Amino acid sequence: MGYTLDFSVVWHAMPALLWGCVGTLSLALAGMALAMMIGVAGVAARDSRAAWLRAIVIGFVEIVRNTPFLVQIFFLFFALPLVGLKLNPTATAIIALGVNGGAYAIEIIRGGVQSIHKGQVEAGYALGLHKGQVFRFIVLKPALRAIYPSLTGQFIMLTLTSSICSAVSAYELTSVAQRIESDTFRSFEVYFFVTFLYLAISWLLMLGFAVVSHRFFSYPMR
Amino acid sequence: MTPHFGLPEFGFLLRGLQWTMLLTLVAFVGGCTAGLAVALLRTCGHKGVEWITRIYIGMFQGTPLLLQLFVVYYGLALTGLKLDAFVAVAIGFTVNASAFLGEIWRGAIQAVPRGQTEAAMALGLHYSSRMRDIVLPQAIRISLPATIGYLVQLIKGTSLAAIVGFIELARAGQIVSNQTFQPLLVFGVVGAMYFILCWPLSWWGSRMEARLALASQR
Repeated sequence: MGYTLDFSVVWHAMPALLWGCVGTLSLALAGMALAMMIGVAGVAARDSRAAWLRAIVIGFVEIVRNTPFLVQIFFLFFALPLVGLKLNPTATAIIALGVNGGAYAIEIIRGGVQSIHKGQVEAGYALGLHKGQVFRFIVLKPALRAIYPSLTGQFIMLTLTSSICSAVSAYELTSVAQRIESDTFRSFEVYFFVTFLYLAISWLLMLGFAVVSHRFFSYPMR
Repeated sequence: MTPHFGLPEFGFLLRGLQWTMLLTLVAFVGGCTAGLAVALLRTCGHKGVEWITRIYIGMFQGTPLLLQLFVVYYGLALTGLKLDAFVAVAIGFTVNASAFLGEIWRGAIQAVPRGQTEAAMALGLHYSSRMRDIVLPQAIRISLPATIGYLVQLIKGTSLAAIVGFIELARAGQIVSNQTFQPLLVFGVVGAMYFILCWPLSWWGSRMEARLALASQR
């Protein structure tokens, strides 16, 4: 057999691949934003007094966490038009990523809120802080600090998961790679290189998250 | 005329489910074996070896499973071996599992109190006996919730074999959906099948985690 590896196709496709990286990053960032909103709203609903609301949130979290993302995105792809949302594949992908990430975010954020001791909140009120201040300085910031590592880890997972959105041909790195592959038939070279692009993206995110953590959360605990 | 979603279609999905389970089983068993080796190398005390295994684990954690599958799938094709699609994707999932389980067990091995190792050394036990009889039995207990968690990840991950064309549950769902034009029903059923497979495991894992947390509080 005489197959020789030829990475020149990757070099020629570099601009398209880098734009694919931009696509992946914007898809992931939009998905993260939606996931955070679902996460915060979900935590509020999860601990509400209405039992039916709690049941819905618990059911949502369990269903999302115990089914594959691929099946979820296919389901949404066909379900969203039925409820009147005729979206392009990329918007569908953002919703799917947000819904999936949101379920994990609910569990993580809830853990953080529960880590805040009740006496701490009472102490805040006793010091004369009003409700908004207590929430912002006594609940939100320490809770965010507590969950920061698992939340950012989850975000990196979400970014890597976004590669599955190529299955509905959303615009991101993997679908760009698939197009280049079908043009050039250099499957291994293209995917091998793109894998390292993803590695670079996750390193970049890790670095960014570390910088943010250093900037906002490096105050002493006691 | 397009067929409706009926018993034959359901049977087809069930056969897909069988392949999903078989693929998970093969990858999990293979991944456990290779993952143990990774975990032991990662904690062996030799700086260079530890670095290499650390990079190995980092590569799998920092890249999408889908791309790992593509690389293994097309990479194996390049070697000229005529491999069955099942074998190719099974190898892909096994390699991925070896890295993730290796990292989980690395953490568990290091979570076993150091005094245990020191006491075993003081008793004159050599490395293999120390690991086999003292450290690993305790580490396995610690790692069980995370290992079960990874098993659920793996079951869900095998759905990506659908994108490479191997007919397991998710791919079977795509095929039936294209035949019947009832995507919501079909993917609803497919999702329910995954759920039935994964949810008891998730529940078992979180219950065990709660019990271990309680035990470590005492």
